[in-house]
Amino acid sequence: MPDSSGSKLPALLSRYQDRILTDWIAAQSDVGVLRADLMREAEIRRQSRSFLTHLTAATKNGVNFDIESDQWQDVRDMLTEVTNYRVDHGFTPTETATFILALKQPIFECLRDQYKDDPQTLVDEAWSATVLLDKLGLYTNDIYLRGREDIIQRQQQEMLELSTPVVQLWDRIVALPLIGTLDSSRAQIVMENLLEAVVESKAEIVIIDITGVPTVDTLVAQHLLKTAAAAKLMGAECIISGIRPQIAQTIVHLGVELPQVATKADLQSAFAHALKRTGVTFTGH
Amino acid sequence: MTHFLEPNRIPIFQIGDCLLLTIQVDLEDRMIMTLKDDLAERIAKTHAKGVLIDISALDVVDSFIGRMLANISAIARILDASTVIVGMRPAVAITLVELGMSLQGVRTALDVDRGMELIRRGAAEEAARLHEA
Repeated sequence: MPDSSGSKLPALLSRYQDRILTDWIAAQSDVGVLRADLMREAEIRRQSRSFLTHLTAATKNGVNFDIESDQWQDVRDMLTEVTNYRVDHGFTPTETATFILALKQPIFECLRDQYKDDPQTLVDEAWSATVLLDKLGLYTNDIYLRGREDIIQRQQQEMLELSTPVVQLWDRIVALPLIGTLDSSRAQIVMENLLEAVVESKAEIVIIDITGVPTVDTLVAQHLLKTAAAAKLMGAECIISGIRPQIAQTIVHLGVELPQVATKADLQSAFAHALKRTGVTFTGH
Repeated sequence: MTHFLEPNRIPIFQIGDCLLLTIQVDLEDRMIMTLKDDLAERIAKTHAKGVLIDISALDVVDSFIGRMLANISAIARILDASTVIVGMRPAVAITLVELGMSLQGVRTALDVDRGMELIRRGAAEEAARLHEA
Protein backbone atom coordinates (compact mmCIF):
# COMPACT_ATOMS: atom_id res chain seq x y z
CA MET A 1 0.00 0.00 0.00
CA PRO A 2 1.45 3.43 -0.92
CA ASP A 3 2.17 6.05 1.69
CA SER A 4 -1.03 8.04 1.97
CA SER A 5 0.22 11.03 3.91
CA GLY A 6 2.00 12.75 1.03
CA SER A 7 -0.56 11.93 -1.63
CA LYS A 8 -0.92 14.52 -4.36
CA LEU A 9 -4.36 13.21 -5.31
CA PRO A 10 -6.45 15.72 -3.29
CA ALA A 11 -4.63 18.71 -4.75
CA LEU A 12 -4.97 17.25 -8.24
CA LEU A 13 -8.69 16.62 -7.79
CA SER A 14 -9.48 20.17 -6.77
CA ARG A 15 -7.19 21.70 -9.38
CA TYR A 16 -8.52 19.79 -12.40
CA GLN A 17 -12.11 19.28 -11.22
CA ASP A 18 -13.85 20.59 -14.35
CA ARG A 19 -11.54 18.85 -16.77
CA ILE A 20 -11.83 15.53 -14.93
CA LEU A 21 -15.61 15.80 -14.93
CA THR A 22 -15.84 16.42 -18.66
CA ASP A 23 -13.35 13.66 -19.49
CA TRP A 24 -15.03 11.27 -17.09
CA ILE A 25 -18.45 11.64 -18.70
CA ALA A 26 -16.80 11.20 -22.11
CA ALA A 27 -15.05 8.05 -20.82
CA GLN A 28 -18.34 6.64 -19.53
CA SER A 29 -19.78 7.22 -22.96
CA ASP A 30 -16.77 5.51 -24.62
CA VAL A 31 -17.05 2.28 -22.57
CA GLY A 32 -20.78 2.23 -23.17
CA VAL A 33 -22.03 2.57 -19.60
CA LEU A 34 -23.71 5.90 -20.13
CA ARG A 35 -26.96 4.16 -21.13
CA ALA A 36 -28.82 7.22 -22.41
CA ASP A 37 -31.75 4.84 -22.87
CA LEU A 38 -31.98 4.26 -19.11
CA MET A 39 -31.21 7.68 -17.63
CA ARG A 40 -31.01 11.29 -18.78
CA GLU A 41 -27.66 12.95 -19.35
CA ALA A 42 -28.48 15.75 -16.91
CA GLU A 43 -28.88 13.14 -14.19
CA ILE A 44 -25.54 11.47 -15.10
CA ARG A 45 -23.85 14.86 -15.00
CA ARG A 46 -25.41 15.64 -11.61
CA GLN A 47 -24.37 12.27 -10.12
CA SER A 48 -20.84 12.53 -11.54
CA ARG A 49 -20.33 16.07 -10.25
CA SER A 50 -21.74 15.19 -6.86
CA PHE A 51 -19.40 12.19 -6.58
CA LEU A 52 -16.32 14.27 -7.49
CA THR A 53 -17.25 16.91 -4.93
CA HIS A 54 -17.64 14.31 -2.20
CA LEU A 55 -14.43 12.54 -3.23
CA THR A 56 -12.50 15.80 -3.05
CA ALA A 57 -13.98 16.54 0.37
CA ALA A 58 -13.19 13.05 1.67
CA THR A 59 -9.52 13.22 0.61
CA LYS A 60 -9.03 16.83 1.74
CA ASN A 61 -6.95 15.87 4.78
CA GLY A 62 -4.91 13.11 3.15
CA VAL A 63 -5.99 9.89 1.49
CA ASN A 64 -7.31 7.26 3.88
CA PHE A 65 -7.66 3.89 2.14
CA ASP A 66 -10.11 2.51 4.68
CA ILE A 67 -13.34 3.43 2.94
CA GLU A 68 -15.37 2.11 5.89
CA SER A 69 -14.08 4.97 8.09
CA ASP A 70 -16.08 8.07 9.08
CA GLN A 71 -14.23 10.25 6.63
CA TRP A 72 -15.87 8.35 3.75
CA GLN A 73 -19.41 8.51 5.16
CA ASP A 74 -20.63 11.07 2.61
CA VAL A 75 -19.07 9.22 -0.31
CA ARG A 76 -20.63 5.95 0.85
CA ASP A 77 -24.08 7.57 1.18
CA MET A 78 -23.66 9.09 -2.24
CA LEU A 79 -22.63 5.75 -3.79
CA THR A 80 -25.55 3.98 -2.12
CA GLU A 81 -27.92 6.51 -3.64
CA VAL A 82 -26.32 6.28 -7.09
CA THR A 83 -26.33 2.46 -7.01
CA ASN A 84 -29.93 2.19 -5.87
CA TYR A 85 -30.93 4.61 -8.60
CA ARG A 86 -29.19 2.39 -11.15
CA VAL A 87 -30.70 -0.82 -9.73
CA ASP A 88 -34.13 0.75 -10.12
CA HIS A 89 -33.39 1.81 -13.68
CA GLY A 90 -32.18 -1.59 -14.87
CA PHE A 91 -28.39 -1.14 -14.96
CA THR A 92 -26.25 -4.26 -14.65
CA PRO A 93 -23.72 -4.61 -11.77
CA THR A 94 -20.85 -4.15 -14.27
CA GLU A 95 -22.34 -0.95 -15.64
CA THR A 96 -22.79 0.35 -12.11
CA ALA A 97 -19.21 -0.41 -11.06
CA THR A 98 -17.79 0.95 -14.33
CA PHE A 99 -19.33 4.32 -13.47
CA ILE A 100 -16.57 4.62 -10.84
CA LEU A 101 -13.85 2.72 -12.70
CA ALA A 102 -14.18 4.98 -15.75
CA LEU A 103 -12.87 7.79 -13.57
CA LYS A 104 -9.38 6.26 -13.72
CA GLN A 105 -8.61 7.41 -17.23
CA PRO A 106 -9.19 11.18 -16.71
CA ILE A 107 -7.31 11.09 -13.41
CA PHE A 108 -4.36 9.25 -14.97
CA GLU A 109 -4.25 11.78 -17.79
CA CYS A 110 -4.15 14.69 -15.34
CA LEU A 111 -1.42 12.89 -13.38
CA ARG A 112 0.62 12.42 -16.54
CA ASP A 113 0.34 16.11 -17.45
CA GLN A 114 1.32 17.14 -13.95
CA TYR A 115 4.19 14.69 -13.31
CA LYS A 116 5.61 13.87 -16.74
CA ASP A 117 9.13 14.61 -15.43
CA ASP A 118 8.78 12.61 -12.19
CA PRO A 119 8.02 8.96 -13.04
CA GLN A 120 8.39 7.86 -9.39
CA THR A 121 5.57 10.14 -8.17
CA LEU A 122 3.51 9.40 -11.26
CA VAL A 123 3.51 5.64 -10.58
CA ASP A 124 2.87 6.10 -6.84
CA GLU A 125 -0.07 8.42 -7.44
CA ALA A 126 -1.51 6.23 -10.18
CA TRP A 127 -1.32 3.28 -7.82
CA SER A 128 -3.10 5.16 -4.98
CA ALA A 129 -5.83 6.28 -7.35
CA THR A 130 -6.25 2.72 -8.64
CA VAL A 131 -6.50 1.23 -5.15
CA LEU A 132 -9.03 3.83 -4.09
CA LEU A 133 -11.25 3.65 -7.16
CA ASP A 134 -11.21 -0.16 -7.19
CA LYS A 135 -12.40 -0.19 -3.60
CA LEU A 136 -15.18 2.27 -4.36
CA GLY A 137 -16.17 0.27 -7.45
CA LEU A 138 -16.39 -2.94 -5.44
CA TYR A 139 -18.38 -1.08 -2.82
CA THR A 140 -21.08 -0.29 -5.40
CA ASN A 141 -21.10 -3.98 -6.29
CA ASP A 142 -21.79 -4.88 -2.65
CA ILE A 143 -24.63 -2.38 -2.46
CA TYR A 144 -26.05 -3.72 -5.71
CA LEU A 145 -26.04 -7.31 -4.46
CA ARG A 146 -27.51 -6.33 -1.12
CA GLY A 147 -30.37 -4.57 -2.91
CA ARG A 148 -31.03 -7.70 -4.98
CA GLU A 149 -30.94 -9.94 -1.92
CA ASP A 150 -33.44 -7.75 -0.09
CA ILE A 151 -35.82 -8.05 -3.02
CA ILE A 152 -35.41 -11.84 -3.21
CA GLN A 153 -35.99 -12.22 0.51
CA ARG A 154 -39.10 -10.07 0.42
CA GLN A 155 -40.52 -12.03 -2.48
CA GLN A 156 -39.79 -15.31 -0.71
CA GLN A 157 -41.69 -14.10 2.35
CA GLU A 158 -44.62 -12.92 0.24
CA MET A 159 -44.79 -16.24 -1.57
CA LEU A 160 -44.85 -18.13 1.72
CA GLU A 161 -47.74 -16.02 2.93
CA LEU A 162 -49.64 -16.40 -0.32
CA SER A 163 -49.14 -20.08 -0.78
CA THR A 164 -51.18 -21.70 1.97
CA PRO A 165 -54.85 -20.76 1.66
CA VAL A 166 -57.40 -22.80 3.55
CA VAL A 167 -60.74 -23.19 1.78
CA GLN A 168 -63.98 -24.10 3.49
CA LEU A 169 -65.75 -26.59 1.23
CA TRP A 170 -68.70 -27.55 3.39
CA ASP A 171 -69.86 -27.50 6.96
CA ARG A 172 -67.05 -29.29 8.89
CA ILE A 173 -64.97 -29.85 5.72
CA VAL A 174 -61.98 -27.69 4.74
CA ALA A 175 -59.46 -28.09 1.94
CA LEU A 176 -55.88 -26.93 1.58
CA PRO A 177 -54.74 -26.88 -2.04
CA LEU A 178 -50.95 -26.90 -2.18
CA ILE A 179 -49.06 -25.54 -5.17
CA GLY A 180 -45.31 -25.62 -5.67
CA THR A 181 -42.40 -27.28 -3.99
CA LEU A 182 -42.77 -28.16 -0.33
CA ASP A 183 -39.58 -27.50 1.64
CA SER A 184 -39.35 -27.78 5.39
CA SER A 185 -40.06 -24.12 6.19
CA ARG A 186 -43.12 -24.17 3.96
CA ALA A 187 -44.29 -27.50 5.31
CA GLN A 188 -44.09 -26.02 8.80
CA ILE A 189 -46.27 -23.05 7.80
CA VAL A 190 -48.70 -25.38 6.05
CA MET A 191 -49.01 -27.46 9.21
CA GLU A 192 -49.59 -24.45 11.47
CA ASN A 193 -52.11 -22.84 9.10
CA LEU A 194 -54.01 -26.06 8.70
CA LEU A 195 -54.29 -26.75 12.43
CA GLU A 196 -55.37 -23.16 13.12
CA ALA A 197 -58.01 -23.53 10.40
CA VAL A 198 -59.25 -26.73 12.03
CA VAL A 199 -59.81 -24.84 15.29
CA GLU A 200 -61.36 -21.81 13.63
CA SER A 201 -63.77 -23.57 11.31
CA LYS A 202 -64.38 -26.53 13.63
CA ALA A 203 -63.55 -28.82 10.73
CA GLU A 204 -63.83 -32.55 11.13
CA ILE A 205 -62.24 -33.38 7.80
CA VAL A 206 -59.27 -31.71 6.17
CA ILE A 207 -58.44 -32.42 2.53
CA ILE A 208 -54.83 -31.72 1.59
CA ASP A 209 -54.77 -31.50 -2.17
CA ILE A 210 -51.30 -31.90 -3.66
CA THR A 211 -52.23 -31.73 -7.35
CA GLY A 212 -49.90 -28.75 -7.72
CA VAL A 213 -46.94 -30.30 -5.95
CA PRO A 214 -44.47 -31.49 -8.58
CA THR A 215 -42.36 -33.81 -6.44
CA VAL A 216 -42.84 -35.68 -3.22
CA ASP A 217 -39.75 -37.00 -1.47
CA THR A 218 -39.44 -38.77 1.87
CA LEU A 219 -39.16 -35.48 3.76
CA VAL A 220 -42.34 -34.07 2.25
CA ALA A 221 -44.18 -37.34 2.82
CA GLN A 222 -43.03 -37.26 6.43
CA HIS A 223 -44.29 -33.69 6.85
CA LEU A 224 -47.66 -34.63 5.40
CA LEU A 225 -47.88 -37.57 7.79
CA LYS A 226 -46.96 -35.36 10.76
CA THR A 227 -49.65 -32.90 9.75
CA ALA A 228 -52.17 -35.71 9.49
CA ALA A 229 -51.15 -37.08 12.89
CA ALA A 230 -51.41 -33.65 14.54
CA ALA A 231 -54.84 -33.07 12.98
CA LYS A 232 -55.88 -36.49 14.26
CA LEU A 233 -54.84 -35.54 17.79
CA MET A 234 -57.10 -32.53 17.59
CA GLY A 235 -59.99 -34.67 16.45
CA ALA A 236 -59.95 -34.04 12.71
CA GLU A 237 -59.37 -36.51 9.91
CA CYS A 238 -56.94 -35.90 7.06
CA ILE A 239 -57.42 -36.94 3.47
CA ILE A 240 -54.62 -36.48 0.95
CA SER A 241 -55.83 -36.04 -2.61
CA GLY A 242 -54.37 -35.28 -6.01
CA ILE A 243 -51.56 -37.79 -5.81
CA ARG A 244 -50.38 -38.19 -9.38
CA PRO A 245 -49.55 -41.65 -10.70
CA GLN A 246 -45.88 -40.71 -10.88
CA ILE A 247 -45.88 -39.56 -7.25
CA ALA A 248 -47.73 -42.70 -6.13
CA GLN A 249 -44.94 -44.71 -7.74
CA THR A 250 -42.28 -42.62 -6.05
CA ILE A 251 -43.92 -43.06 -2.66
CA VAL A 252 -43.99 -46.82 -3.09
CA HIS A 253 -40.38 -46.82 -4.33
CA LEU A 254 -39.28 -44.82 -1.32
CA GLY A 255 -41.00 -47.28 0.98
CA VAL A 256 -43.04 -44.56 2.66
CA GLU A 257 -46.23 -45.84 4.18
CA LEU A 258 -49.27 -43.67 4.73
CA PRO A 259 -51.10 -45.40 7.54
CA GLN A 260 -54.26 -43.84 8.99
CA VAL A 261 -54.41 -41.31 6.18
CA ALA A 262 -56.99 -41.76 3.45
CA THR A 263 -55.53 -41.07 0.01
CA LYS A 264 -57.57 -40.25 -3.07
CA ALA A 265 -56.65 -39.71 -6.70
CA ASP A 266 -58.40 -36.38 -7.03
CA LEU A 267 -60.18 -33.69 -5.04
CA GLN A 268 -63.56 -34.87 -6.28
CA SER A 269 -63.30 -38.32 -4.74
CA ALA A 270 -61.81 -36.86 -1.57
CA PHE A 271 -64.76 -34.49 -1.25
CA ALA A 272 -67.24 -37.29 -1.89
CA HIS A 273 -65.55 -39.37 0.79
CA ALA A 274 -65.62 -36.43 3.21
CA LEU A 275 -69.33 -35.81 2.62
CA LYS A 276 -70.06 -39.46 3.29
CA ARG A 277 -68.01 -39.40 6.49
CA THR A 278 -69.85 -36.36 7.83
CA GLY A 279 -73.19 -37.92 6.92
CA VAL A 280 -74.25 -35.46 4.22
CA THR A 281 -76.60 -36.92 1.61
CA PHE A 282 -78.17 -35.34 -1.43
CA THR A 283 -81.64 -35.91 -2.81
CA GLY A 284 -82.95 -35.13 -6.30
CA HIS A 285 -80.77 -34.10 -9.21
CA MET B 1 -59.55 -22.91 43.51
CA THR B 2 -62.67 -23.00 45.70
CA HIS B 3 -62.30 -24.09 49.28
CA PHE B 4 -64.43 -27.21 49.13
CA LEU B 5 -62.26 -28.76 46.45
CA GLU B 6 -59.14 -30.44 47.58
CA PRO B 7 -56.09 -28.69 46.22
CA ASN B 8 -54.12 -30.54 43.54
CA ARG B 9 -57.14 -32.58 42.58
CA ILE B 10 -59.03 -32.31 39.32
CA PRO B 11 -62.82 -32.52 39.76
CA ILE B 12 -64.69 -35.17 37.79
CA PHE B 13 -68.30 -34.46 36.76
CA GLN B 14 -70.89 -37.02 35.81
CA ILE B 15 -73.30 -36.35 32.94
CA GLY B 16 -75.59 -39.31 32.30
CA ASP B 17 -73.30 -42.24 31.79
CA CYS B 18 -70.36 -40.03 30.87
CA LEU B 19 -67.62 -38.65 33.07
CA LEU B 20 -66.30 -35.20 32.21
CA LEU B 21 -63.13 -33.65 33.49
CA THR B 22 -61.56 -30.41 32.37
CA ILE B 23 -57.94 -29.74 33.07
CA GLN B 24 -57.74 -26.03 33.79
CA VAL B 25 -54.42 -25.78 35.57
CA ASP B 26 -50.82 -26.56 34.75
CA LEU B 27 -50.55 -30.27 35.30
CA GLU B 28 -47.98 -31.47 37.77
CA ASP B 29 -46.84 -35.05 37.53
CA ARG B 30 -48.41 -35.99 40.86
CA MET B 31 -51.76 -34.46 39.93
CA ILE B 32 -52.18 -36.62 36.89
CA MET B 33 -51.22 -39.73 38.91
CA THR B 34 -53.96 -38.84 41.43
CA LEU B 35 -56.34 -38.20 38.55
CA LYS B 36 -55.60 -41.64 37.10
CA ASP B 37 -56.49 -43.34 40.42
CA ASP B 38 -59.60 -41.19 40.98
CA LEU B 39 -60.87 -41.82 37.51
CA ALA B 40 -60.45 -45.60 37.69
CA GLU B 41 -62.42 -45.60 40.98
CA ARG B 42 -65.17 -43.41 39.53
CA ILE B 43 -65.59 -45.48 36.38
CA ALA B 44 -65.93 -48.65 38.42
CA LYS B 45 -68.39 -47.03 40.82
CA THR B 46 -70.64 -45.27 38.28
CA HIS B 47 -70.42 -47.85 35.45
CA ALA B 48 -69.68 -44.95 33.11
CA LYS B 49 -69.60 -45.73 29.40
CA GLY B 50 -67.55 -42.76 28.33
CA VAL B 51 -64.85 -40.44 29.64
CA LEU B 52 -64.32 -36.96 28.19
CA ILE B 53 -61.03 -35.26 28.98
CA ASP B 54 -61.02 -31.60 27.99
CA ILE B 55 -57.49 -30.27 27.62
CA SER B 56 -58.34 -27.05 25.77
CA ALA B 57 -56.80 -24.97 28.55
CA LEU B 58 -53.45 -26.76 28.35
CA ASP B 59 -50.60 -24.87 26.73
CA VAL B 60 -47.96 -27.49 27.27
CA VAL B 61 -48.12 -31.26 27.16
CA ASP B 62 -44.86 -33.11 27.76
CA SER B 63 -44.12 -36.73 27.00
CA PHE B 64 -45.03 -37.83 30.54
CA ILE B 65 -48.49 -36.27 30.39
CA GLY B 66 -48.95 -37.69 26.89
CA ARG B 67 -48.11 -41.17 28.14
CA MET B 68 -50.40 -40.80 31.16
CA LEU B 69 -53.29 -39.74 28.90
CA ALA B 70 -52.71 -42.88 26.82
CA ASN B 71 -52.57 -44.95 30.04
CA ILE B 72 -55.78 -43.46 31.36
CA SER B 73 -57.48 -44.30 28.09
CA ALA B 74 -56.21 -47.91 28.24
CA ILE B 75 -57.37 -48.33 31.85
CA ALA B 76 -60.80 -46.93 31.00
CA ARG B 77 -61.10 -49.31 28.05
CA ILE B 78 -60.48 -52.29 30.33
CA LEU B 79 -63.24 -50.98 32.59
CA ASP B 80 -65.46 -50.80 29.47
CA ALA B 81 -65.50 -47.04 29.05
CA SER B 82 -64.29 -45.29 25.92
CA THR B 83 -62.14 -42.21 26.34
CA VAL B 84 -62.21 -39.15 24.11
CA ILE B 85 -59.66 -36.35 24.48
CA VAL B 86 -61.11 -33.06 23.33
CA GLY B 87 -59.90 -29.56 22.57
CA MET B 88 -56.23 -30.16 21.94
CA ARG B 89 -54.56 -26.97 20.72
CA PRO B 90 -52.53 -26.90 17.49
CA ALA B 91 -49.28 -26.14 19.31
CA VAL B 92 -49.82 -29.08 21.66
CA ALA B 93 -50.66 -31.40 18.77
CA ILE B 94 -47.50 -30.35 16.89
CA THR B 95 -45.37 -30.90 20.00
CA LEU B 96 -46.77 -34.38 20.59
CA VAL B 97 -46.23 -35.37 16.96
CA GLU B 98 -42.68 -34.00 17.07
CA LEU B 99 -42.11 -36.07 20.21
CA GLY B 100 -43.24 -39.08 18.20
CA MET B 101 -46.34 -39.65 20.31
CA SER B 102 -49.49 -40.11 18.31
CA LEU B 103 -51.51 -41.42 21.30
CA GLN B 104 -52.33 -44.71 19.61
CA GLY B 105 -55.74 -46.02 20.58
CA VAL B 106 -56.93 -42.72 22.01
CA ARG B 107 -59.86 -41.08 20.33
CA THR B 108 -59.92 -37.33 19.88
CA ALA B 109 -62.53 -34.69 19.06
CA LEU B 110 -62.59 -30.94 18.52
CA ASP B 111 -64.77 -29.99 21.48
CA VAL B 112 -66.92 -31.46 24.26
CA ASP B 113 -70.02 -31.53 22.02
CA ARG B 114 -68.33 -33.57 19.31
CA GLY B 115 -66.70 -35.79 21.91
CA MET B 116 -70.08 -36.55 23.47
CA GLU B 117 -71.48 -37.33 20.02
CA LEU B 118 -68.58 -39.71 19.39
CA ILE B 119 -69.24 -41.58 22.63
CA ARG B 120 -72.98 -41.87 21.94
CA ARG B 121 -72.36 -43.06 18.38
CA GLY B 122 -69.83 -45.59 19.71
CA ALA B 123 -72.36 -46.88 22.26
CA ALA B 124 -75.06 -47.16 19.59
CA GLU B 125 -72.76 -49.13 17.28
CA GLU B 126 -71.86 -51.40 20.16
CA ALA B 127 -75.53 -52.01 20.91
CA ALA B 128 -76.27 -52.74 17.26
CA ARG B 129 -73.42 -55.23 17.10
CA LEU B 130 -74.61 -57.03 20.23
CA HIS B 131 -78.13 -57.08 18.84
CA GLU B 132 -76.95 -58.71 15.62
CA ALA B 133 -74.88 -61.35 17.36
